[in-house]
Amino acid sequence: MSYVAHDESAFAPPAEVEEVELYHPKTWVGKYVWSQDAKVIAVQYAMTAMGIGLVALVLSWLMRLQLGYPNSFSFINPSNYLQFVTMHGMIMVIYLLTALFLGGFGNYLIPLMVGARDMVFPYVNMVSYWVYLFAVLLLVASFFVTGGPTGAGWTLYPPQAISQGTPGSSWGIILMLVSLAFFIVGFTMGGLNYVVTVLQARTRGMTMMRLPLTVWGIFMATVLALLAFPALFVSAIMMTLDLTLGTSFFMPAIVSMGQQGGHSGGNPLLFQHLFWFFGHPEVYIVALPAFGIVSDLLSVHARKNIFGYRMMVWAILAIGALSFIVWAHHMYVSGMNPYFGFFFATTTLIIAVPTAIKVYNWVLTLWRGNIHLTVPMLFAIGFIFTFINGGLTGLFLGNATVSVPLSDTMFVVAHFHMVMAIAPILVVFGAIYHWYPKITGRMLNDTLGKFHFWVTFVGSYGIYYPMHYLGMMGVPRRYYAIGGTDFIPASAHFVNEWITIAALIVGAVQMVFLYNLIWSYFNGKPSGSNPWNATTLEWQTPDTPPKHGNFGATLPVVYRWAYDYSVPGAVDDFIPQNVPPREVTGRNSSKT
Amino acid sequence: MSIFHDLTAKPWATAPGTVENLYDRATARKLALKVFLAVVTVLFMLLIIAYGRRMAYEDWRPSPQLGLLWANTLALILGSVALQWAQFSVRRGHMDGMRVALLAGGAFTVVFLVGQILAWRQLSTMGYFDVTNPAIAFFYLITGLHGLHLLGGLVAWGRTFSKVWGDFDVAIIRHSVELCTLYWHYLLGVWLVLFGLLFSGNNLDILLKLCGIR
Repeated sequence: MSYVAHDESAFAPPAEVEEVELYHPKTWVGKYVWSQDAKVIAVQYAMTAMGIGLVALVLSWLMRLQLGYPNSFSFINPSNYLQFVTMHGMIMVIYLLTALFLGGFGNYLIPLMVGARDMVFPYVNMVSYWVYLFAVLLLVASFFVTGGPTGAGWTLYPPQAISQGTPGSSWGIILMLVSLAFFIVGFTMGGLNYVVTVLQARTRGMTMMRLPLTVWGIFMATVLALLAFPALFVSAIMMTLDLTLGTSFFMPAIVSMGQQGGHSGGNPLLFQHLFWFFGHPEVYIVALPAFGIVSDLLSVHARKNIFGYRMMVWAILAIGALSFIVWAHHMYVSGMNPYFGFFFATTTLIIAVPTAIKVYNWVLTLWRGNIHLTVPMLFAIGFIFTFINGGLTGLFLGNATVSVPLSDTMFVVAHFHMVMAIAPILVVFGAIYHWYPKITGRMLNDTLGKFHFWVTFVGSYGIYYPMHYLGMMGVPRRYYAIGGTDFIPASAHFVNEWITIAALIVGAVQMVFLYNLIWSYFNGKPSGSNPWNATTLEWQTPDTPPKHGNFGATLPVVYRWAYDYSVPGAVDDFIPQNVPPREVTGRNSSKT
Repeated sequence: MSIFHDLTAKPWATAPGTVENLYDRATARKLALKVFLAVVTVLFMLLIIAYGRRMAYEDWRPSPQLGLLWANTLALILGSVALQWAQFSVRRGHMDGMRVALLAGGAFTVVFLVGQILAWRQLSTMGYFDVTNPAIAFFYLITGLHGLHLLGGLVAWGRTFSKVWGDFDVAIIRHSVELCTLYWHYLLGVWLVLFGLLFSGNNLDILLKLCGIR
């Protein structure tokens, strides 16, 4: 239970401190296009990410059409099926989820939640977005070049990725690699901003342990990304050189159709190690912001302080550290030394401990809470279910002996979609429903929101639950058509058809969400400054939406943590972080 | 206050109003540079591990040892020393000394970069140059990335150098010189490690065994 110190001397006047230098634009273009305001940059990131995400959504439909109704569509052939798979995966993981969580939510929420006027380097922040947009455009350009985009699978393994015969093995793969390199450069600019803003620009009284868990999640994810993306950067450069200059970093000597290839002495496994040294932390780059955001959604909408705040912070730190020593569990079938397999299986299972702590704490936060089944809360609860399901199948795949027979089957696809596609995207939706009123000053339509939630939630289970069974039957992933394979029963085809129908419905209902975003912007109910009665600083701004500079003339002073909900003796069931103890009135003043 | 102390605080019970971490432009920039250097460290660490891993194979053919790299290394050391001198001067208010030292730092760095390009050309004209030899490819990649980082540093150096004429805010210049110096020392350190690696030929057997690579 939370008690608030009631001490007159505890009131702290605003400090006279050097403030972040703000650029005040004079034109519309300066304000909304070449903007240096983190909130505008956040919206730019979010809109770009959602735009390219829609492309990836359509690609998933095309994939599912082929799998559900093989050979029924003349515009889907084996080559472009592989291109759909590749582009869908890479866009969703990097260009949508990473960009949306860090560039979108990070930019909007970090300065507001820590009580800063903006990011510490607004100009660099602006450049970060434009480099990201350039990376996205490069990626999109690959759809229009000769040979089309790469079809090497989202992991881009060499030698296949740059060998003749793989779709997009000339321009497609080059554009992908260069786009990734630019994405990383752009992200590094943004990431430096997020880290330094959290560490250096917090307002008076905002200690690290008073930060909302949303900020902790985004902060730690940014640190992971800064340290993990160099591995992808290096491998992208090395593969580009293998392709363009004929070096042999990853390319071994290959004899194809009796012809000796131009490479010799490269090591394809080296690429896999580099890729997964990035790739596994990437899971947590997406998951940690989701963990943080969902913690805050649960606390606000259950009107209860988060259970085990310190443990939640420590778990975020532990997960971040451990995420760098589990990468080779993605490579159990690469022929590694069994002792390495044992090591990586062990670390993989250990990382389940802090993760499970977080799940228990979310559930205990709900326990006897005053649960309001608002749309953000529905999505948050949906996340807990989905994350537990995805996490449990992770126990199968983390164990080398169980993982080997399941490798490259639909079981893997089902697992990682549950744990790092559906679970985080549910949080994205919950977060948008939660913070949309602050961003626009209007509420999203509740009925449409609930319809969106239920169809998305139930529909996602309609897609991925049966997919686990397909995997256990041995149905392989990445196959254009499984044809008349003996060990796959005819019922598998019916399941595939069912999954396709569910995927089409879940995809279509996202249009309702987009409609709601646009409709509510013009017609939504005015939200006021703090419609959820939340405690964190972004809800305490003098203007909604917050103006440039966020907090008006003086920065807020923080007196308490972010989770003072239902405090005994307090009049309201929430006490904002910037309310001094002497203003908290109530009956149990000695304990309030 | 230690990190451990911070992380064990009980935010639901602590007395309010602690004043800490007030925003300071100089501190923020220095922190940003340090975070960036951490990113660069990971980048080069991964390259070094990749190089070591490839060395462990039986068919490893080390790249030829170019004498020119010794001269280049000396130039970079002198560049770093000059910037240290610039930092020393600006802290003591010796602006003329700072200008000369800053100029020398930049000049030695340009010499280093030109020397690296000459080394590239020298290597490419040698009889046994083979782009598919991983050692040679790594040589170009590692030196190229290191050179690009120095080029980026030269941009920051140029911005600083352009401001040290006429009237200027000493505190701002001092801060910029300090950041440049830190960056140069760091890149010198990285280069010395890379230089040792590229010059090791096939003599890192013990190290590779210690790392479990060979």
